Amino acid sequence: MNRRSWLKLSAAFGAAMFAMSGAQAQDTIKIGEMNSYKNFAAFLEPYKKGWELAVEQVNASGGLLGKKLEIVSRDDNGNPGDAVRIAEELVTREKVSFLIGTFPSNVGLAVASFAKEKKVLFIAAEPLTDKIVWDQGNKYTFRLRASTYMQTAMLVPEAAKLKKKRWAIVYPNYEYGQSATAAFKQLIKAAQPDVEFVIEQAPPLGKIEAGAVADAIAAAKPDAIFSSLFGADLAKFVREGQTRDLFKGVEVFNLLAGEPEYLDPLKDESPVGWWVTGYPWYAITTPEHKAFAEAYQKRFNDYPRLGSIVGYATVQSAAAVIKKAGTLDTEKLVTAMKGLTHSTPLGNITYRPQDNQSTMGAYVGKIGLKDGKGVMTDWYYADGAKFLPSDADVAKMRPAE
Amino acid sequence: MNGLAGASSLFLVAAGLSIIFGVSRIVNFAHGSLYMLGVYLAYTLVELFGRSSIFGFWGGVLMAALCVGLIGVVIEIVVLRRIYRAPELFQLLATFALVLVIKDAALYIWGAEDLVGPRAAGLRGAVEILGKRFPQYDLVLIAIGPVVLGLLWLLMNRTRWGTLVRAATQDREMVGALGVNQSGLFTGVFFLGAFLAGLGGAVQLPREPAQLMLDITVISDAFVVVVVGGMGSIGGAFLAALLIAQAKAFCIGIGDVSIFGTVFSFSKFTLVVEFVIMAVVLVVRPWGLLGKQQGVQRGAFMVEPPLYPLNQTFWIVVLAIVVLLGLIPFGGDNYLLVLLIDIAVFALFAVTLHFLMGPSGMVSFGHAAYFGLGCYGAALALLKLKLPMELALFAAPLAGGLGALVFGWFCVRLSGVYLAMLTLAFAQIAWSVIYQWDAFTGGSNGLIGLWPSEWLKSRAVFYAFALVLCVGSILFLWRVVHAPFGYALRAGRDSALRADAIGINVRRFQWFGFTLSGAFAGLAGGLFAFSKGSISPETLAVPRSVDGLVMVLLGGVQTLTGPVAGAALFTWLQDSIARNTEYWRAILGLTILVIVLAFPQGIAGFLKQMSARTGLMRREAV
Repeated sequence: MNRRSWLKLSAAFGAAMFAMSGAQAQDTIKIGEMNSYKNFAAFLEPYKKGWELAVEQVNASGGLLGKKLEIVSRDDNGNPGDAVRIAEELVTREKVSFLIGTFPSNVGLAVASFAKEKKVLFIAAEPLTDKIVWDQGNKYTFRLRASTYMQTAMLVPEAAKLKKKRWAIVYPNYEYGQSATAAFKQLIKAAQPDVEFVIEQAPPLGKIEAGAVADAIAAAKPDAIFSSLFGADLAKFVREGQTRDLFKGVEVFNLLAGEPEYLDPLKDESPVGWWVTGYPWYAITTPEHKAFAEAYQKRFNDYPRLGSIVGYATVQSAAAVIKKAGTLDTEKLVTAMKGLTHSTPLGNITYRPQDNQSTMGAYVGKIGLKDGKGVMTDWYYADGAKFLPSDADVAKMRPAE
Repeated sequence: MNGLAGASSLFLVAAGLSIIFGVSRIVNFAHGSLYMLGVYLAYTLVELFGRSSIFGFWGGVLMAALCVGLIGVVIEIVVLRRIYRAPELFQLLATFALVLVIKDAALYIWGAEDLVGPRAAGLRGAVEILGKRFPQYDLVLIAIGPVVLGLLWLLMNRTRWGTLVRAATQDREMVGALGVNQSGLFTGVFFLGAFLAGLGGAVQLPREPAQLMLDITVISDAFVVVVVGGMGSIGGAFLAALLIAQAKAFCIGIGDVSIFGTVFSFSKFTLVVEFVIMAVVLVVRPWGLLGKQQGVQRGAFMVEPPLYPLNQTFWIVVLAIVVLLGLIPFGGDNYLLVLLIDIAVFALFAVTLHFLMGPSGMVSFGHAAYFGLGCYGAALALLKLKLPMELALFAAPLAGGLGALVFGWFCVRLSGVYLAMLTLAFAQIAWSVIYQWDAFTGGSNGLIGLWPSEWLKSRAVFYAFALVLCVGSILFLWRVVHAPFGYALRAGRDSALRADAIGINVRRFQWFGFTLSGAFAGLAGGLFAFSKGSISPETLAVPRSVDGLVMVLLGGVQTLTGPVAGAALFTWLQDSIARNTEYWRAILGLTILVIVLAFPQGIAGFLKQMSARTGLMRREAV
């Protein structure tokens, strides 16, 4: 290898790097979006459609501040290290005004830390961890989706009504499952001091040995089960449990299991009678939701999932804060974000100034069967505002700014 | 009994992997992808044939397995056949690329949603056994494992083809020398292995939704089973599958146990139980339950030419590159600095892995453990001990080195794939501890707030800082390779017997080499942590180790500069491809495949060969 060849190689490498820098259009507002599109495809394909629809609608109604809205989207590979590099690229190279997105909690927390350090507004769409706005919250990070604690809290009143004493708990062995379990134990004990937890099962995420878990739970003879399984783990647990009659005479509560992403694959084996949080898109008749669902169906020839709502509402939040701030200056955007209220397909939501958490809620109901498919019945919308920690608790948890 | 049903499917996959490895020595990362295709194809074909009839269900299952077998044949003929003569580990790179391609192909064909398959026709109910309801289908599954084992035994011991396969497993060069058509034999073996993976997936249809993470889930379990049972031993794979599946079922069944007042959750232990079993087996019985020492390789691969001392021209080139890199802050954009920091960090990580794989001859599948321990060492020193960032960074090589010292003591007693799998087992054990220790390590969420001190917050300054540390470390390791210590490592690699005979304590040198490598990998981890501001368990997870292997192999194992070139190319490829396309994983995979087929020595290896061929710099080491 001679010197000339090496230098040529280095020069070519450098030239390739420079060539990738792009000029920025002056009539566009750019927002950086990132999510784990390959790792959580079932949820994030609808999510992407949701935000695409929202962008098209914003631009069709004249854009923002007289400019067209553009989302620059990236796949973070479900990996915090890649996500931070991508955030850096979006901010320094693409020169986006702020960041939105993320799904896994570790990615959300990493980007939130980046946002704080670099002083960039970040609207976290889907990471469920309570820590992102509470224990590890910061001035620049806001979260749209109802957190693990909030959704667990939405199920507890129904659980307490049943006055069951012997509870079994099953959760995926990572922070989401651990937090949901801790919240459930705390809240159900507060509502009903004599409850007893007769067994806990913590399978690795995505790798539940459903038959063995079902047998172990059955052996403990619980009156009721609290589960935070989702996706393939949930499907396996439902099938193995049903084959073994695990759920006969037992009440089951399952976080997230009413979301179409997780309920629809179960088809005619959907577990009737379970209490779940979810999204009964077919039955919501509010004007905001009807408008959204019709526009979505027309645009994509597909029905919406919960991911669609999250993607759509995230862009609604982004557009609303730009409108309210009247500028793209970060500090003014952050100020405008606090207390921001806007409409969504689920109704109005507000980003609370005390903790940057939105009041977006979730639907609570029971699973029923209709035409060979799982549906939510007896459902109602649980407004997120009613299931948030008190201001005193927030002050205790949230780091000083 | 739940463990028995799970064991059958696991055995089918592992048996296929074991058979392929036994004959062709390919460690096939894509085996898990074949299993995943088995589930997806079974879903499609059972629906096509009629889910409510017994013929429809089992016909669909068998047809799915046959289809996967044929896909295996295509893979073997189109891709793997071209690289049998490449260094063995280089074949890993091709199978890694295939994983990326197959996953995106599955996403394209079947979509993103999980697909829950039908229950088996005629086997939808349960029977009462010892007062418990047990699924009928699981009873059938329990029977399938031994039946397939029996059929494989007959195939291997009562047919001429099986005799040839066993002969090739023991000494494939001799089989070739005796006139057997190796090419056809390899294709047949790959078909059988792929068929078994597909069958393992297809029979899981009633128990496992088809989804896009199946490949990663199953490949690690299959590797564990193959290694625990003994490479190339089908009976061993059966025993190991039983052992591991039963151990998992046992942990789930036993639940929480109180020992001296402390509650242990055995159900949580299922996160890592198969790796603990593998670690124990490898420490106690290095070749697995029924395995034998691998046959001696004879003549198939040229002994690696010796590395010549680094000379003046080499140093001038290095200096020119470093100066060029040092000038970039004055002309490049800020993001280029971010990307180059990543490249520098991963180049150091890849060089530390190459230090083991190349000069030392020790393959590691779990090298991310030391990178990750470095990340966590630095993070915890900053957050818990409240050390300033400059001092906290010292904790990174200390943590990486300490981990390597402890794990290395066990690992250097093994060699080849067994050593590689033991490093993987230890990495998974470390990962699971960090993943579950929420109060101390932040658990699956990791740790945030790891930003550099004020003077290093400017990207340009941090870039210079990282560049100095990474380049300095790389040059130091290169110097070590050419020091007496490095010569001793290479002696141990080339001929452990002769090295022992002349008085070199090979194991001790390997252990210290392992530790040194771990320490510098830890340093890379520390720099990574402070460049990102946060870390989480994926810094020491399997994918990070695989990325390291890809970088080293992409650059070429047989050159010192290979890992640097490989890390730069891979990081840049991933960054630029992921940014521009939707099916970016398939494109990354295809790009790597093209590179593999075009440059079987790796990039730097190819460049070295070119320079040797032209006669220029014949005695240079690049």
